[in-house]
Amino acid sequence: MAQKHAQSRLLITGNLNNKQFQGHEGLREFLILSKCGFELWSLEKWSLSSSLKLRELTISHHLILSARKEGVEELWILHQNIDAVERKPNGMVGGTIVVKCKDFRIIQLDLNSGYEKFVNVANSLEWLSTLDNMTLLYPFFYRPVYNMLEDGWSAFRTESEFSKLLVPGSNEEWRISYVNKNFTVCRSYPSAVVVPKNIDDETLIAASKFRHGGRFPVLSYKHEGGSVLLRASQPLAGPGVKRCKEDEKLVNSVLGPGKKGYIVDTRSQSLAQSAKARGGGVEPEAHYPLWKRVQRPIDRQAVYLDSLAKLVDACNDVSCSIDKWMSRLESSSWLSHVKDSLNCACVVAQCIDQEGASVLLHGSEGLDSTLLVTSLCQIILNPDCRTVRGLEALVEREWLQAGHPFSLRHKKSCYSVGGSSVVPGGNKSGVIKGQQACTFLLFLDCVFQIHCQFPCSFEFNTHLLILLFEHSYSSQFGTFLGNCEADRERLELSKKTVSLWSHLNRPEVLPSLMNPMYEPNSKVIWPSVAPMSLILWRELFLRYSSASADGVSTRLKAASENTLHLNIKDKELRSKAAKLRRQLMELEKEAIEIGVLESPTSALLAESADATTGGTEVVAKNNSYP
Amino acid sequence: MEASAVGGMERRGSVYERIRCWLLTQPAAHDLDHFKGEPIGKKVEGVRMLDRFNVKKSFVGVLYLTATHLIFVDPESKKETWILHMHILSAEKMPLTTMGSPLQIRCKTFLSVTFVLPKERDCQEIYTTLQQLSKPVQLEDLYCFDYTASTEEVQKHVGWNFFDLQAEFQRMRVPNDAWSLTLLNKDYELCDTYPRYLFVPAAASTTVLMGSSSFRSKGRLPVLSYLHTNKAAICRCSQPLSGFSARCMEDEQMLNCILKANPNSKFMYVVDTRPKINAMANRAAGKGYENENFYENIKFQFIGIENIHIMRNSLQKLLEACEQKGPTMNNFLSAIEASGWLRHIKAVLDTSNFIVQAVQEGVSVVVHCSDGWDRTAQVCSLASLFLDPFHRTLQGFQALIEREWLAFGHKFVDRCGFLAGDQKEVSPIFTQFLECVWQLTNQYPCTFQFNERFLLALHDHVQSCQFGTFIGNCEKDRLDLRLHERTYSLWGYIANHMNEYMNPLYAAEENTDVLVPNLAPQNIRFWRGMYCRFESGVHPREVMSDMLLALCDHSSSLEDHIRLLTKRIDSLKAKIDSKKKSGETKVEEKIEDCVDNKTSYDKEISEQDEDVFKDEKVDSLVTVEQLASELKSVAVEWKTLRNVRECNCSTPFDHFSRKCHCWRCGEVFCTRCIDKHTALPGHDSQRAVPVCRTCYKELRRTFSVDSA
Repeated sequence: MAQKHAQSRLLITGNLNNKQFQGHEGLREFLILSKCGFELWSLEKWSLSSSLKLRELTISHHLILSARKEGVEELWILHQNIDAVERKPNGMVGGTIVVKCKDFRIIQLDLNSGYEKFVNVANSLEWLSTLDNMTLLYPFFYRPVYNMLEDGWSAFRTESEFSKLLVPGSNEEWRISYVNKNFTVCRSYPSAVVVPKNIDDETLIAASKFRHGGRFPVLSYKHEGGSVLLRASQPLAGPGVKRCKEDEKLVNSVLGPGKKGYIVDTRSQSLAQSAKARGGGVEPEAHYPLWKRVQRPIDRQAVYLDSLAKLVDACNDVSCSIDKWMSRLESSSWLSHVKDSLNCACVVAQCIDQEGASVLLHGSEGLDSTLLVTSLCQIILNPDCRTVRGLEALVEREWLQAGHPFSLRHKKSCYSVGGSSVVPGGNKSGVIKGQQACTFLLFLDCVFQIHCQFPCSFEFNTHLLILLFEHSYSSQFGTFLGNCEADRERLELSKKTVSLWSHLNRPEVLPSLMNPMYEPNSKVIWPSVAPMSLILWRELFLRYSSASADGVSTRLKAASENTLHLNIKDKELRSKAAKLRRQLMELEKEAIEIGVLESPTSALLAESADATTGGTEVVAKNNSYP
Repeated sequence: MEASAVGGMERRGSVYERIRCWLLTQPAAHDLDHFKGEPIGKKVEGVRMLDRFNVKKSFVGVLYLTATHLIFVDPESKKETWILHMHILSAEKMPLTTMGSPLQIRCKTFLSVTFVLPKERDCQEIYTTLQQLSKPVQLEDLYCFDYTASTEEVQKHVGWNFFDLQAEFQRMRVPNDAWSLTLLNKDYELCDTYPRYLFVPAAASTTVLMGSSSFRSKGRLPVLSYLHTNKAAICRCSQPLSGFSARCMEDEQMLNCILKANPNSKFMYVVDTRPKINAMANRAAGKGYENENFYENIKFQFIGIENIHIMRNSLQKLLEACEQKGPTMNNFLSAIEASGWLRHIKAVLDTSNFIVQAVQEGVSVVVHCSDGWDRTAQVCSLASLFLDPFHRTLQGFQALIEREWLAFGHKFVDRCGFLAGDQKEVSPIFTQFLECVWQLTNQYPCTFQFNERFLLALHDHVQSCQFGTFIGNCEKDRLDLRLHERTYSLWGYIANHMNEYMNPLYAAEENTDVLVPNLAPQNIRFWRGMYCRFESGVHPREVMSDMLLALCDHSSSLEDHIRLLTKRIDSLKAKIDSKKKSGETKVEEKIEDCVDNKTSYDKEISEQDEDVFKDEKVDSLVTVEQLASELKSVAVEWKTLRNVRECNCSTPFDHFSRKCHCWRCGEVFCTRCIDKHTALPGHDSQRAVPVCRTCYKELRRTFSVDSA
């Protein structure tokens, strides 16, 4: 997992200068009863590492359980990964601490060396897992031991991402505007946004005043046929007929002559109506006559986490009856959210691809369901997004630069909502009720569903999706820190931390993310959203549940390795056959020259030449996919 | 009506009579029109086939009723829907609509279609004919007795001798000193639903066997089903006729003999797969279960798999769940839950797992339910599958079905509803068994030699009655019907289609252990591939297993081709060398290149190949023409399966239709277009491989040219 430092031998590594907790001595006597297949260890033998001389302000970032024996797997958990800490005190003896992680893992620590130590450990864990000062987080201390070939921080800049659209001097109708370079027009937007060429920055500023959070319509994706996908936040139309000419001008400027577009709203009718009362609402039809309004409701992000919590709880309970499991799966509504999201994305993609119409998409704030749908749309429509780099670019464009507030949304996860879990630091700033959500995980699950239906159209395997899920919650990389580009600049992440993309794109890592069955598919892929087509993402949700502990995952891994071998073997055979054919032809020529073989009639010779070159031609064709 | 057909009084008669008559007097049936070789009994034009999900979208075409199939041809999309009469579960006339008279047909393969016929009279006629054709009154009217395979296919006798019960037990090292063969049932006198060869504890005397048999329902005494390598055995039987207090010394001795046959355990389990309440209810009818006090050292265990009626209703509900119109996710999930189907599947798996655990610990198990031919067949066969790697191969799986289902008398005729009559006896017991196997393949992707298509094919052919294999309720029935002489065997057909049913990920070296599946409820899945098979829209658009299968075929073709190429290169090389040695030609640089190349390839030639190569040198008769045809005959690149929507014959492909490559041209065809197998000149092995018709003709032409 992470790099092992000298400090890492500490159990709970933490800031020892902080007087708030001093209980680390007690950690020597952990008894760990782990639910993750770890053995029962007596930790008497543990000793604190000799390198206790931590520099001031140095904070270590892992909870490490180790038997200090060779060959026994160590368990490393980033404090940032800890979602909830539950205490079950047991009189003066000590007690049990249940550590619940954002990656759905649950670890139980049995401490039997006194109540005080038990409390100290629990306090330490809570304190460490809810650090508010982002600069104390692990990514700021993580230093890679390998050489970076490419800096992920600069790999997906707006300029390069839209370079096809923005060739200077071309007839393209788009430009990059730096109107937001100080993040004053829209706090959550990046400094560079793509807007219609004939719209000047003043219009953008005016339009931004008419949109929630200043998120004026910008380009998200341009399809082959020329139709485009715009995204924004809800207009601040309010209950009256407030209008904004600049916004109308901006929106209309993307429509070709005589063309109509769609405004797709991810909220339900009633939600959109009630938003009016709070100053939000919908584009008044009278002022947007060229646009047809469509409602494709997806639940608000606020309910996702509750849904996820129910799902994960159900997944963890392997002893319940199958009826109970089915009804819990159903009542979690998680798959319904997946279905709704995919459904909405399909509708938008249909407008764009089949009707050739442009679409403006928004929900209320434009930070969650909007991004979910625009990114899924691109998976469906754009073959590039189904490659490793393409997916990275998509996440960068549609989630990070588009201002999905990762730090806020992922501050807490499913184990902290509802239930009996004590929310550590629940009242501290940063944890705002209703602001935690798992929209990004929902996106990944939807991609997983499409992947299942088109297992050969994706360059990456589903393991990459799991990695993205993990790193978006806790990571040694800085990519998912902060809520928007403004935050990331303020924190100087690109200087002080390493990008996840730098890591994933290394030649050592990349092969493990590749799908052996990949055959580039340049077409639009339409997933089925029928209920029987959608399945539970077992590789993710059952990963740490005992439902998959019995080697299921190892066997599945073996299956994918077999697949890989079959593919490699076939490729080798193909090139070998082609090579041997060429060699045989040369020998044949040779043999005819020296008279070992009889010279054939000219017609036959031509035919045989056809046969060989025919073969190689196809090889060439096959290897040069666009 | 039956009498009239047998009596041969044809005249005009009903459609049914005409068809029966044609079947009886096949060669003389000139008076009927034909559709693709099938004589047509009735043809209706302007028929509308409704799309279940999209009422506005429907196809208009022609409906043909033939002796064996109902065929709908939609001229526009060139789609043909063939429904085997034997596959029809129910035909239902719906109320008249403005469009016409709708006829809904549900199939045992889980296809459900509605045709709207313009005239009510036609609908009525087809309806009544289907009623009669899909449910014959007697076994002799089943499809298998009329079916003849095309000449290219298998011979009639092939497959009937593939599996032999004695050989199967031999494989388990039975008979041995603890278990012996008894011939008491040679003439099916002891138990007419058991096989004639029974394996019982060597210590059990004839009196014990006969006494035990008389104390068991239908005479189904405890006999050996599977013997594990650790000497623990699985035995199967029916419920004892114990009532509230009856006991039978011989039966008690019988069970004791079974216990003693396993020296490693002091006790054994008696597993009653029924829910306790069902078993108790049976006591009132003079049946019931073993009393632990009467039998020495047994541990009695109820498990709770429901009976055939509950299973039948559960499947009905499951299918309704699949047929909901535009269901939401929650509608669907709650309907699946309400059907209880997955609960039953889990119960069967759990029970099998319980038996396997016991056997692994060295404890023998006696299994029964009521009559010991439904639940007992399910769990005994699954337990064998868990324990014995052989049964996870294609051969072994067929042997398992032959042993546990066919020999031990699972009532296929009654359970599958082949004949008209009591539909209360129909129950998806075998379907559940196949589903349990499918659930296991999900967790063990590399451990089973066969694939999902094999399970589906088995399911469909059990229902189709095309082969004699599953006709009859027990071994005796099959013998009496002389099925092995009069009908084809499914196993012969499967042997001919082996490559379609292979799991490309199968790794024999990994298939060694006892299966320990995780049966947590989260791992029991809904089998979309079976129950939603004909909803073409809901399946993965790219079928990984098919792509892998094609990949393996392709690799195998290339390997063969490479062997030949290497051989040719070596022989040419040798000739050039010998020519050079005789000093007639100068050495050229080019040849040296080839030498380098050659040495690198030499390493890869196996010993065997070199031997062949020496032979080759003797009769070295390679001509340029031959080389050319060899190169031409093997496609190095095969067309990708992606986005292939239809075959060259314009038959559209759907999710489960097998897409085949022609090994010569590399194009994709449907199974009907790729029925020819022939050796390719470019292959070293000269084995017969699939080619399309065009390529077949061309190959034939060159052969004849060559021979001339």
